[in-house]
Amino acid sequence: MSSVERTDVLVVGSGFGGAIAAYHLAAGGARVVVLERGPWLESREFEHDFKLGSSYTRIFDFVVGDGMSVLGGNCVGGGSVVYFAAMPRAPRFVFDRQGSIGRRIWPKGISRDTLEPWYDRVAEALPVTGQDWNEVTYAGGLWAAACAHAGLTANPVPVAVDNDKCTNCNWMMAGCRFDAKRSLLFNYLPAALAHGAEIRPLHEVQRLTRTDDGGYRVHYNVIDDEDYRIHTASGTIDAKIVVLAAGAGATPVILQRSEADLGKMPHAVGRYFSGNGERLNTAVIDEDRVREVLGLSREGGLAYAANQIGRGPVVANWDRLDGDLPEFSRFSLEQLYFPPGLGTILAQAPDAEDAGAPTWFGVRKKEMLRRWQSWLTIFIMSEDDNEGVFGPPPATGNAMRISQQMLGRGNLRYSPTLNTARGWAEADAAVREILERDGLAKVRPWTNDLVGAYTVHPLASCRIGDDPATSALDDRHELRGHPGIFVTDGSAVPTGLTVNPAMTIAALAERAMPAIVRAAQERGIPVRYGAPAPDGATSARRAVEPLVPGMIRG
Amino acid sequence: MTLEAFADTIVPGERRSPDDRAVAGAAEGPGAVAAGAVELLRTPATGIHTDLPVLADMLNEHARAYADQHGLTLDPGVPAFVALAFEDRTALVRSLVAPGHPEKDAWVLLALFSNMAFDTAAHMHTRDALAEGHPGLLAMGLMEPSPDGLWRFPAYSYGRRLADVHPDTTPSGSPR
Repeated sequence: MSSVERTDVLVVGSGFGGAIAAYHLAAGGARVVVLERGPWLESREFEHDFKLGSSYTRIFDFVVGDGMSVLGGNCVGGGSVVYFAAMPRAPRFVFDRQGSIGRRIWPKGISRDTLEPWYDRVAEALPVTGQDWNEVTYAGGLWAAACAHAGLTANPVPVAVDNDKCTNCNWMMAGCRFDAKRSLLFNYLPAALAHGAEIRPLHEVQRLTRTDDGGYRVHYNVIDDEDYRIHTASGTIDAKIVVLAAGAGATPVILQRSEADLGKMPHAVGRYFSGNGERLNTAVIDEDRVREVLGLSREGGLAYAANQIGRGPVVANWDRLDGDLPEFSRFSLEQLYFPPGLGTILAQAPDAEDAGAPTWFGVRKKEMLRRWQSWLTIFIMSEDDNEGVFGPPPATGNAMRISQQMLGRGNLRYSPTLNTARGWAEADAAVREILERDGLAKVRPWTNDLVGAYTVHPLASCRIGDDPATSALDDRHELRGHPGIFVTDGSAVPTGLTVNPAMTIAALAERAMPAIVRAAQERGIPVRYGAPAPDGATSARRAVEPLVPGMIRG
Repeated sequence: MTLEAFADTIVPGERRSPDDRAVAGAAEGPGAVAAGAVELLRTPATGIHTDLPVLADMLNEHARAYADQHGLTLDPGVPAFVALAFEDRTALVRSLVAPGHPEKDAWVLLALFSNMAFDTAAHMHTRDALAEGHPGLLAMGLMEPSPDGLWRFPAYSYGRRLADVHPDTTPSGSPR
């Protein structure tokens, strides 16, 4: 009797790309197993605690590369558990981006218009809602008022948050204790489980090999639940279809490690990585000037001093999301809370450089830390040039793990082109122009000297496209030359988006489903496409029904 | 003592006693050392706790080389890095963490954890740290949680429209 474990579909990762695939395939009748490298935590385990070993360090990874560091989810639910739930749709011009290759990067079949019905599916599933000004936090309100003072607009950001449940605790990155954040733990994943999908946490996929019947064997290690550097077991599962959704920092690494067995990978595997053009600026607010210039005040006689209060990004400036502007000069400027511990060290004391003093440590930085409640962080998402390249894969996982949890050293190399650097400089200048106007604040960008640029939205390391030379996947997300392997996470998104990407990652995953279901059918799996939203809603499904035949090859 | 001096270079503090050598006394109020930097570095969770003696030796070697280069005479009664003046410690650390230094990764890690001791007390439960008056969290003004240890802020909004929204915005709030 064979001891080989088999399933119809093996999904790697349980973030947006993995959860959406697991749900649709399980609901359609396929046997689905999901392997997730991180732990499976429930709401009561999401702690308000900075101690190493709390949920704050258990559920995400910080991987330092050469010139770029990546912060990503590492738990059941993936990025959706640690993200800030900002869910804007990408602006129209993004889909026409050319980058420095000089021709359209996105597949011709995808535009904002054609993606809209798939966005709607996601919006119905989570759901995603707008926010009114009474729900805008002090930090968001301050950013809005500063933008208005500079003659600009400011938008409350659409979010997957139930504001009635939100306590504005600002612990979103540790997982939402109050069930206010609509992570995948509340929609796609429970619905997938209800349809028989199996989720195995602490299973880190290492590589794929081929089986004799044209399917794939997935090789994994089992990770210790406290010290992620320790492997407690290993195993394999055979599947007819594999959906890779390990995240843009891990999916290409798995494929690189598989190349020896599977054969040559497309050139674009592990190349064209985008950090979504991200960058953070930290402003130290002059409380008196905020009161005098902007007329803001809150309880206790304070003007602002509310860095700790809130829930991630609430308000963004979108004046530069203008399709008439040249590429690499379009960006959004979003107010953001970034918790201490992870990035505080990268904030630069505004006056230190002029004094010849170190900017991110030392006496002046300590003085800046004393004013932490008056910090306002502005997050830049600009148009980078897909410069990132992954070097040879590490022995296991996607990084050499340093700490028991959270911290690792990866093989991503990122050296910004002049295009990217110019975009960053323009965005930095725009933030400064807004926040230093009339003495409201002093502001500096985070330093790249320590851990390189820093992205919380890794993209494009295994991207879709029409050109086999520059895309690893066809526009149905199938890996070129390796039928039956699909990629549905952020690595499939071909360019930076100038806005938070979760909504677009999810919409593309939804769009990829009909073709994956068809591929499964062709391999003899009794599965159908057409599940409603996870809660049973059907209006968005009805809207995509006419599109489905066009999504299926053949 | 060497690691204390390194942590004090990252987040400087006042001397714990008049004869404190590791802490240079470059800034008012407690710094990373008083915040527990060495305790945090020694925590197995950091993954570098067994490397600390080697790192301290390397740092002192760099300090001796720095002193030679700059014609400084070091007090032999303390580790070489501790014997450096605060300004010289700062200059040496700047060179060690600069892009391109072959040991940069190691020194950045030490700096990261030294800073984390101050800004999050990552070796302690945050509630306990606040209850014990952790100097970093106090300096940053971290507000107290509710009695159940969770943070809630019922007052959180100015409660009024503060800007015009972009004209090309969808009804749900996305850019067009």
